[in-house]
Amino acid sequence: MSLVGMTASAEPALASAPAAATTDRNRFSRPLLGLLLPVGAAVLWELAVRAGLSDGRLVPPPSTVFETFAELASTGELWRHTVATLLRVLIGFGLGVAAGTLFGALAGYSALTRRLLDPSLQALRAIPSIAWVPLFILWLGIFEASKIALIAVGVFFPVYLGVMGAIMSVDRKIVEVGRVFRLSGSAMIRRILLPAVLPAYVVALRSGLGLGWMFVVAAEFMGAAEGLGYLLVDGQQLGKPAQIVAAIVAFALLGKITDGLLAAGSAPFLRWQDAFGGER
Amino acid sequence: MLVIDGVGKTYANQVRALDNISLSVDPGEIVAIVGGSGCGKSTLLRLISGLDTPTEGAVRLDGDRITGPHEKIGIVFQEPRLLPWLTVADNVGFGIADRPRAEREERVATALKRVGLPEKAEVWPRELSGGQAQRVAIARALVPRPEVLLLDEPFSALDAFTRIDLQDHLLDLWADFKPTLIVVTHDVDEAIVLADRIIVMRPMPGRLFDEIIADMPRPRDRQSAAFDFAKRRVLAALDRSLNRAPSADDGETRSEAGAALWW
Repeated sequence: MSLVGMTASAEPALASAPAAATTDRNRFSRPLLGLLLPVGAAVLWELAVRAGLSDGRLVPPPSTVFETFAELASTGELWRHTVATLLRVLIGFGLGVAAGTLFGALAGYSALTRRLLDPSLQALRAIPSIAWVPLFILWLGIFEASKIALIAVGVFFPVYLGVMGAIMSVDRKIVEVGRVFRLSGSAMIRRILLPAVLPAYVVALRSGLGLGWMFVVAAEFMGAAEGLGYLLVDGQQLGKPAQIVAAIVAFALLGKITDGLLAAGSAPFLRWQDAFGGER
Repeated sequence: MLVIDGVGKTYANQVRALDNISLSVDPGEIVAIVGGSGCGKSTLLRLISGLDTPTEGAVRLDGDRITGPHEKIGIVFQEPRLLPWLTVADNVGFGIADRPRAEREERVATALKRVGLPEKAEVWPRELSGGQAQRVAIARALVPRPEVLLLDEPFSALDAFTRIDLQDHLLDLWADFKPTLIVVTHDVDEAIVLADRIIVMRPMPGRLFDEIIADMPRPRDRQSAAFDFAKRRVLAALDRSLNRAPSADDGETRSEAGAALWW
């Protein structure tokens, strides 16, 4: 299920940049093409179950999933679980991004801090983040704090690496332009470094967000009273595959929507990019 | 007046790039620097711009010692180096961001008109051709009205027609308020079209070798006998700077051959 969140957020990173210059026809026909495969498969499965080729008990047909969805929504439960999960992701993402940006900027900007920080952080990065779970539970308890900490750790590393790499690879020739016009340190950061690292930063945020969705599931597996991850565990224990699929679909939608918001929110700042952007 | 006084530069890796360079350039003068590769001509330009500092000696502008980038000194690099996230107009106005908005806009508009690109004000740099981008770079360097404008092989990446066009254009812009121009180039024609004085450098370590005064009225006819004469003198000096002294009988052919080889 975590994979769904991952692929949903990783895929559009390729197609993002210059989607602006498209005709209206393309704007509508292109998503339709992408829908062909999943919708076709769903329809086929629905027909197969209706025709009695399968009882659809372990792999529920779309109609059953939809019913479960509607039921969860009508009791307000879907909303409650979604909000719980979304809040965890957003808070964890926010903390991870803040820390990742700060440390990434420090390590990227000065060789001294990089030599000081980077080896330790790289060593920590080598630890599978899930391995922190027992420690976080001991330190922070079994409620929200430990879950958010786990998500933040997941988000931290891609953001840290992205920011550090982006700052280190800013073109020296462009920095020299800033020097020629005698920019102060802060003006150099504001007028040269920030815009120069922005494209890479957005990519780092998006992969961080993808990992945030991955880790929220892990966090909710460790025992949660609410959240989409709880619906998954609950569905497994009570033998309700339709509820599991419904939660998976919810994860996919949320992952896609939040990533889309991030991409759309950053697009106005990246119009200047001269990227290949894939074959139109 | 720009004075280069006994300047030497040794890089951290012990490479001796420049040795005891002394040169003074009058306000409004156009000086071209030519020389074989590795003769330190770009290094010299970077020392004047303040982007690098000399190991010995000093560069002074109107008595001010240059220790870092200076507001009266502008530079145009070999590549346009426009900031891709700013529109052409914002690129041109980059160096005068501290001025009031109205003044900034007016000066940017004037500059863009002067380089013949007023309709490109709101486009991104990625939409410009190489020649257009270099014009914008020249406009950006000129907008703060520097006393000295340094150009580091500014047209070397352009095709021959665009290059000739921009050389004439540069002279036209120069005539507006006559800053001192120092042009590093490996194009002898370019040096002679532009400069009052052509400095020939010799390599390892970089030293001044010869100086040719090109005392011709502007605009200069690239086909004239005087032009050709100056060109031959510069090529001969370049030949000698590389210890390839032309013998008396085949002087001309040798320097033509040298012209193809010297850089």
